[in-house]
Amino acid sequence: MEATLHLRVNGQSHRLTVDPATPLLYVLRNQLQLNGPKYGCGLQQCGACMVLLDGKAQPSCLIAVETVQKQEITTLEGIAQGTQLHPVQQAFIDEQAAQCGYCLNGMILSAVSLLKENPKPDEAAIREGLERVLCRCGTQSRILRAVKRASH
Amino acid sequence: MQTSRRDFLKTMGTLTIGFTLPSWVPEADELPGSLQRDPRIRAWLEILENGQIRVFTGKMELGQGIRTAVAQVAAEELSLPLSQVEVVMADTDRTPDESYTAGSASIENSAMAVRYAAAAARQKLLELAAKQWRKPVEELQFAAGTIRWKNKQISWKELLNGKQLQDEVRGNVALKPKGQYQLVGKPMPRPEINRMVRAETWFIQDLRLPGMVHARMVRPPSYGARLEKLDESAVRKQIPGIQKVVVQGSLVGVIATEEFQAMQAQWTLQESVRWTDVQPLPTGTALVSYLKSLPARIERVHEKGQPTGPTTIKAQYYKPYLMHGSIGPSCAIAWYQKGTLRVWSHSQGVFPLRETLHRLLKLPLDRIHVIGMAGSGCYGHNGADDVAAEAAWLAMAYPEHPIRLQWSRDEEHAWEPYGSAMILEAEARLSTAGRIEQWNYTLWSDTYTARPGGDPANLLLARYLDPPIPKKPASSINGGTIRNSEPYYNIPDIAVDAHQFEGPLRVSSLRALGAFGNVFAIESFMDELAEKARKDPFEFRIMHLEDERAIAVLRRLQELIQNERIKPKEGVGIAFARYKNTAAYCAVAARVRVTGNQIKVMNLWSVIDAGEVINPDGLKNQTEGGLIQAASWTLKEQVQFDAQQITSRDWVSYPIFLMSEIPEVEVVVIDRPQEPVLGAGEAVQGPTAAALANALYRASGKRVRDLPLIPAKLKN
Repeated sequence: MEATLHLRVNGQSHRLTVDPATPLLYVLRNQLQLNGPKYGCGLQQCGACMVLLDGKAQPSCLIAVETVQKQEITTLEGIAQGTQLHPVQQAFIDEQAAQCGYCLNGMILSAVSLLKENPKPDEAAIREGLERVLCRCGTQSRILRAVKRASH
Repeated sequence: MQTSRRDFLKTMGTLTIGFTLPSWVPEADELPGSLQRDPRIRAWLEILENGQIRVFTGKMELGQGIRTAVAQVAAEELSLPLSQVEVVMADTDRTPDESYTAGSASIENSAMAVRYAAAAARQKLLELAAKQWRKPVEELQFAAGTIRWKNKQISWKELLNGKQLQDEVRGNVALKPKGQYQLVGKPMPRPEINRMVRAETWFIQDLRLPGMVHARMVRPPSYGARLEKLDESAVRKQIPGIQKVVVQGSLVGVIATEEFQAMQAQWTLQESVRWTDVQPLPTGTALVSYLKSLPARIERVHEKGQPTGPTTIKAQYYKPYLMHGSIGPSCAIAWYQKGTLRVWSHSQGVFPLRETLHRLLKLPLDRIHVIGMAGSGCYGHNGADDVAAEAAWLAMAYPEHPIRLQWSRDEEHAWEPYGSAMILEAEARLSTAGRIEQWNYTLWSDTYTARPGGDPANLLLARYLDPPIPKKPASSINGGTIRNSEPYYNIPDIAVDAHQFEGPLRVSSLRALGAFGNVFAIESFMDELAEKARKDPFEFRIMHLEDERAIAVLRRLQELIQNERIKPKEGVGIAFARYKNTAAYCAVAARVRVTGNQIKVMNLWSVIDAGEVINPDGLKNQTEGGLIQAASWTLKEQVQFDAQQITSRDWVSYPIFLMSEIPEVEVVVIDRPQEPVLGAGEAVQGPTAAALANALYRASGKRVRDLPLIPAKLKN
């Protein structure tokens, strides 16, 4: 059942032996030991497992790893430039936009993806860009402020 | 003990103002907060070789920011920068036993214990230096890591000479005067947010141990279904990497090398296992009538004056079953290695969990080590303890391997213990002057406290073991159920009656416990009474309040919203409560817009007084989040089921607020540095529900007394 696959993750190439049907999330978390993408629902309903596929935010919990071998995969670990945080990461710190923090991966990557397409989104566009990501602590008002701050 | 602590806290307020007052000599049972559990300084802090300190707290970081607040009070008393304080949390081998991180009590209990332990440490260090130099303590200067006298200087490390302070916190604890505070009362960023945005290891889900294997549980279709047939060979044939299928009674778990293999094994077994067909859940009758018809323990839980006269206005309110709905389903890692069991858990109580595992597994206490690690926000008793016990059970059956057990979304939704449904009946009589003369209140609810607390019968797995561990029936009305059932208003004649039933769904503690339903009912009813009395909702509440701080949060809220222009189809509603009637004061206003088939929350405002505030930004964050979470509960949520099973099994069948539904929120903190700290993390939920219902009434003309407030209920 296992096969050898090639993945590009955070600018690095990986050669992996896995069951090709494994959802990308589990390969990132277990084989590559990345913490960014989180398991939340496995149903593409909550956004906790978000990654960037060729720069676009996509849930990774249902997508089979064999189907993304040609794409550039970026996780939360891969958006900073060396020690220089991405402006969205910095804005989340500046606004203290977290309680438990479990949703931050999905929120930050959705914002990064949004700002790449639309560097000056209005509030409605920000809300739409983050609509797929659930937060249960009720930190959304701070998260909205953080994304606004990052877009300035 | 509760009362003496409260009285003590009141005293503490005056003591710290004065500082020159005669020294206070506490009785052992009057030590603040958790110092009563362990008065040793070194239980709460260690002075490290490099002059930094390590603080120990038995509480868990749940996203509420307690780690930072504890660090702030310690750093303050020892004149250290915040960065010089390391915090170790909830670990049965290292920290004091502070039971559960619950009830908005961590600042009152843990942070206050650390504050006094740090102040006592400072005093002891000064005494040691005074002894060494033969100088009076008053001539010495205390600074970060050192003590000075004129040009002389000695480090804490030299003073301690490789030892830790052996003293207990006793008498003469001089706290730093509040006027000299550098850190406490100032907004402090939480350092763990820096780690979260970088995806550094923080959550239990991120913990990877060498040789770790992955497990999943196989659940029955219904509460109480028994295992009839399980064929292990099919799953072994179809899925590689299966290490063990563990079965005991009707409890089934599967362990595999890779996580995706464990998931596939779970799905395959789920399809092939046969269970008894049971239909344990009530359908057919309306849930309210069904719950009221259940046998119940009935008690008068509060009485004042002579509440026996006739009443003139009456209303019944309903709060449905709600779920915690953690975004990250529960997870645990357990490793039974050479006769010792280690469990990594996001439980709110690592010590009670250890006690529970000790009784469940018959392992000696000193052979169990429970280590707390952050999970996804839990908001009370979710699946954390259950998954930890199941992982431990698997680890005992498959020793020498670290086993990671991850619940699925479906398991967390369908098997967590919910917050009970409540039926709340209020009736009252108004005087001709529009004052409430009599108040009669009756509530029907299941218990709000079913944490394991050392008793394995409260674990989910207890029902499926062979033989099952029977649950003891409640011996009294649960304090959480009747929380805030007594109105905080000055009313001459009051009666509160509680009916505690054992309902159809699994229940336990959900944030604010019974206070959410009780305050929703009381504060909705207050609005109905105000209208009957032809009074403004603010004035009607204030005329029934005597506590100046209660009045102050309402007045401040009134100022905050007085210039708001209310558009057509909009309404503003308010509500007030003091959490537990002894903790933080909180007033909430809501603006709701009703258009077509939509109820939209536009704004939520809150004014909160939690006494002395340690981290104002932490308190704001908790209160903002509480407003939004409670608005989601109020407008969208109810756990649903059919005869066989829970049908709210994912985010589509149990929807919560999406980003597009988030209102503008504004929180004002009234800081009272000279007052005792008051628990605040659950103060805002009840008032939010009532403020929304009151606003909806003003926007639509329709009084909705059944939660959730959905558009269908606006039609007659």
